[in-house]
Amino acid sequence: MSMVQTAPSYLEDGHGLASWLLTRDHKRIALLYLVSIIGFFFLGAIFAGLIRVNLLSPQGDLVRPQTYNTFFTMHGLIMIFFFLIPSIPAVLGNFVLPLMIGARDLAFPKINLLSWYIFIVGGLFTISAGLFGGVDTGWTFYTPFSSIYSNSNVVLTVIGIFIVGFSSILTGLNFIITTHTMRASGMTWFRLPLFIWALYATSLIMVLGTPVLATTLVLVALERVFHLGIFDPSRGGDPIYFQHLFWFYSHPAVYIMILPSLGVMSETITCFARRRIFGYNAIAFSSLGIAVIGFLVWGHHMFVSGQSVYVGMMFSLLSFLVAIPSAIKVFNWMATLYGGTIAFDTPMLYSLGFIGLFTVGGLTGLYLAAMGVDIHVHDTYFVVAHFHYIMVGGAVMGFMAGLHYWWPKITGRLYPEVWGRLAAIITFLGFNLTFFPQFILGYLGMPRRYHMYPPEFQALNVLSSAGASILGIGYLLPVIYLLWSLRRGQVAGPNPWRATGLEWQTPSPPPTANFEAPPVVREEPYSYPTWEAQID
Amino acid sequence: MTESIAGLEHQFETLEQQHEAGWLGMWAFLATEIMFFGGMFTGYVIYRWAYFGAFAAGSKDLEIWAGTLNTLVLICSSFTMVLAVHAAETGERRGQIGFLLATMFLGTVFLGVKGYEWTTLFRDHHVPGIGFHFSGPYQNTAQIFFSFYFALTGMHALHMVVGVGLLTFLLVKAWRAEFTPAHHAAVDIIGLYWHFVDIVWIFLFPLLYLVDRHR
Repeated sequence: MSMVQTAPSYLEDGHGLASWLLTRDHKRIALLYLVSIIGFFFLGAIFAGLIRVNLLSPQGDLVRPQTYNTFFTMHGLIMIFFFLIPSIPAVLGNFVLPLMIGARDLAFPKINLLSWYIFIVGGLFTISAGLFGGVDTGWTFYTPFSSIYSNSNVVLTVIGIFIVGFSSILTGLNFIITTHTMRASGMTWFRLPLFIWALYATSLIMVLGTPVLATTLVLVALERVFHLGIFDPSRGGDPIYFQHLFWFYSHPAVYIMILPSLGVMSETITCFARRRIFGYNAIAFSSLGIAVIGFLVWGHHMFVSGQSVYVGMMFSLLSFLVAIPSAIKVFNWMATLYGGTIAFDTPMLYSLGFIGLFTVGGLTGLYLAAMGVDIHVHDTYFVVAHFHYIMVGGAVMGFMAGLHYWWPKITGRLYPEVWGRLAAIITFLGFNLTFFPQFILGYLGMPRRYHMYPPEFQALNVLSSAGASILGIGYLLPVIYLLWSLRRGQVAGPNPWRATGLEWQTPSPPPTANFEAPPVVREEPYSYPTWEAQID
Repeated sequence: MTESIAGLEHQFETLEQQHEAGWLGMWAFLATEIMFFGGMFTGYVIYRWAYFGAFAAGSKDLEIWAGTLNTLVLICSSFTMVLAVHAAETGERRGQIGFLLATMFLGTVFLGVKGYEWTTLFRDHHVPGIGFHFSGPYQNTAQIFFSFYFALTGMHALHMVVGVGLLTFLLVKAWRAEFTPAHHAAVDIIGLYWHFVDIVWIFLFPLLYLVDRHR
């Protein structure tokens, strides 16, 4: 018997199907989530592709208007609830949060597994609604269309979204409690990696926002089935009550999607610039600031709904305030990059792309927060372009950056760097070609959610559809080379990026218990060599 | 060796850490519950403001004695729950079993009275839907009152049913004498849930039954 017995990695610890489906290991659950959300991503992407093909010609030749309605609804529902919201938290957060704080697992491993099953059940409900005739309300379920007039599968879809909300609540709850109670010795709050701060802020929104969505959906379903009249103006109800409840969750939900990406940036930028983070406290508190202010701005979705103009002015002002913590982050990353030794590895390319696209998305958000401008571009492609810059250019780029950054830790193998960089560049170019024309289209007056448009808009629409096909290649490439790297990739070793952080101090892939001995933290995060030391 | 501590799950270092996580987890869960009920409470208050007459008429139509009785029953059940937690802290098995049974009994009485109220409303055609009827000028807006009444009390009753289920789980553990003064976090945590469900009713009772009843 040898004296030094290394524990098997989490991938080697059990091989059968049951060892995966009944696992309580946060790392395996993260992989279950990874496989499922990638499936949902490509399902949502197929709907996006069909939308873009239909919009190649002004008269919308591919499908009938009603089918088109179900396409953009399914695209929105799947991408938001089954990809973007769980993407970084449930996959990357699940995998690295316990590793980063030096814990053996999340505080509630069984609840973690339960959240995945809930996610799958919610997904099956929503997909079955899509199969049995689809749903045509848009992802926003606006009443009274959803509660009275729509002839599509609203109730089944609403049940699916209601169910999947609980997986999000349970994940958020688990992260909050784990961060409070499971930190390793010496891991004080202000030694936490900024990714953890971002996940913490995200979890607060998940825990406090998602239940309100549940209330809203319960009321919509009851209204539709029992004709209660709560949202029906002809019987004294008020559809605006629905909009308030819906956006009270769904605006903060935007920050559920983007905050984790902002967290990933702080990890990758420090690592690939070899620099200590500039303004740690400012970035940490700006995450919490975004979470708090994000709860107070929902009315900016309702400037044309008939809400009081004075209420609109308050919401407009508060929406402008969100730009401050967002800008604090961007400026601090710039300051971190300044004078750094920047390496353009794949995660860094995605991260730099992220900063540019997030800035464009954020600044156009200020256009929309201004009430006068919003009335001009409300419900046009300008809005569509704006939120795709945040959600695809921001959240998905951040997810790709994080996935590449932690891929060697997750699998123990390096992805092929050349292909990675190529995919990052293709994604960036394809993305801009797809969505930048939509800003112009929207400003010129093309409304969203229409299956046809006036002929003068065709050139820009064709440009956008062409960009979407390039973007599609940018997303398919990583699937191919990441799968290839599982067997053929170069063995990574514990710390291929020479990064700081506890997750890099354990073998890749980590053993089931994460660390061979409970780690002790003695220094601040991001203790990369100082600028002066690098010059010497 | 940490592995030999009874009841310690693999991810925790100590029992204290495990209890703290469970306790904090329940508080965070209750925060989500406040937000869940909060959306409906807000809607109720807004519509009550908009349709004061209809809501007052709806309130007067509810059985005040049933609401009052249920309030008393629930307050008593919170008291017996506290005594059950105390019995767990001192490790008295018989006390645990007795007080848990008492709490479950009171919870069931509450559900029974609630069921009686619902049946009465059903008989009087006050359940929202196609058969809804409310004499007087408030046919439509009274239906909104009863929609909120059923949504709120229905969700509350669902939480009571879950609570009785959780108490059954505790009862089995108490029967097997699994709670010791050092290890009884489950009783604490489920007790917290039970008190929360009581507090929701403490807010529902005046909002649904009492406002404007004096006129």
